Amino acid sequence: MSVKLTTRQIGDVTVIDAAGRITLGEGSSTFRDSIKELTAKGHKKVLLNLGEVSYIDSSGIGELVSGFTTVSNAGGQLKLLKLTKRIQDLLQITKLYTIFEVFDDEAAGLASFN
Amino acid sequence: MSNAENQTVVIVDQHLESTLDSVDASEERVKNLAAEIGFVEDDAYQLGYAVREAMVNAVVHGNGYSANKLVHFVLSRCGASIDILIEDEGQGFVPERQADPLAEENLLNQSGRGIMIIRAFVDEFSIERAATGGTRVFLRKSLPPGT
Repeated sequence: MSVKLTTRQIGDVTVIDAAGRITLGEGSSTFRDSIKELTAKGHKKVLLNLGEVSYIDSSGIGELVSGFTTVSNAGGQLKLLKLTKRIQDLLQITKLYTIFEVFDDEAAGLASFN
Repeated sequence: MSNAENQTVVIVDQHLESTLDSVDASEERVKNLAAEIGFVEDDAYQLGYAVREAMVNAVVHGNGYSANKLVHFVLSRCGASIDILIEDEGQGFVPERQADPLAEENLLNQSGRGIMIIRAFVDEFSIERAATGGTRVFLRKSLPPGT
């Protein structure tokens, strides 16, 4: 299954619930397009919930970084929510845990934007 | 371990099309073999992940998805180890020329992390120039001792 993205608006924070696989091809382009669309519409506070993402390859990791840069360049922030153990390990290996703010709890993630 | 147990048994030796379907199929085949011979789920996942990254490199960066170029994929078992050889028909790859993905100034690069993750997920990894001029990579992951 490729990635499925569902968007929720909570106050001024946009929560993206991702589920499935973010891999080279359809999965990563779906993610990229979604972030660009949100940014173009002026959404500047983005909390990306990866709790239901079963797999992310290096291309998908690149899309997370690209999304982070896209939102940052628009003057916003992209933060991560509910990382699986495997995604945590990948962020450790790639040293990206130094870039992303990560939350286990949605309420804490939402509150961090204010 | 006896010599017989250390013999290399070739499970798959195929020339695959340069497509993402080949990537998916290779990852799946390796994960299935890993599970069959007793790798725990996390180790099977790591080996499958490494093979996926190496196959993507071959299909995308090596062969450029060309319908005229194939990826040579060899999956073998040697005792408690799984060996994978992947060779593309591209222009060759010089790993030393790749930017260090862990350097501060490169952390926000969109690409360039695949090989680093492969190294983290397997026990042995090597890259060399193939006789055809393409890139040939070797991956090995072994069952933990006493398994």
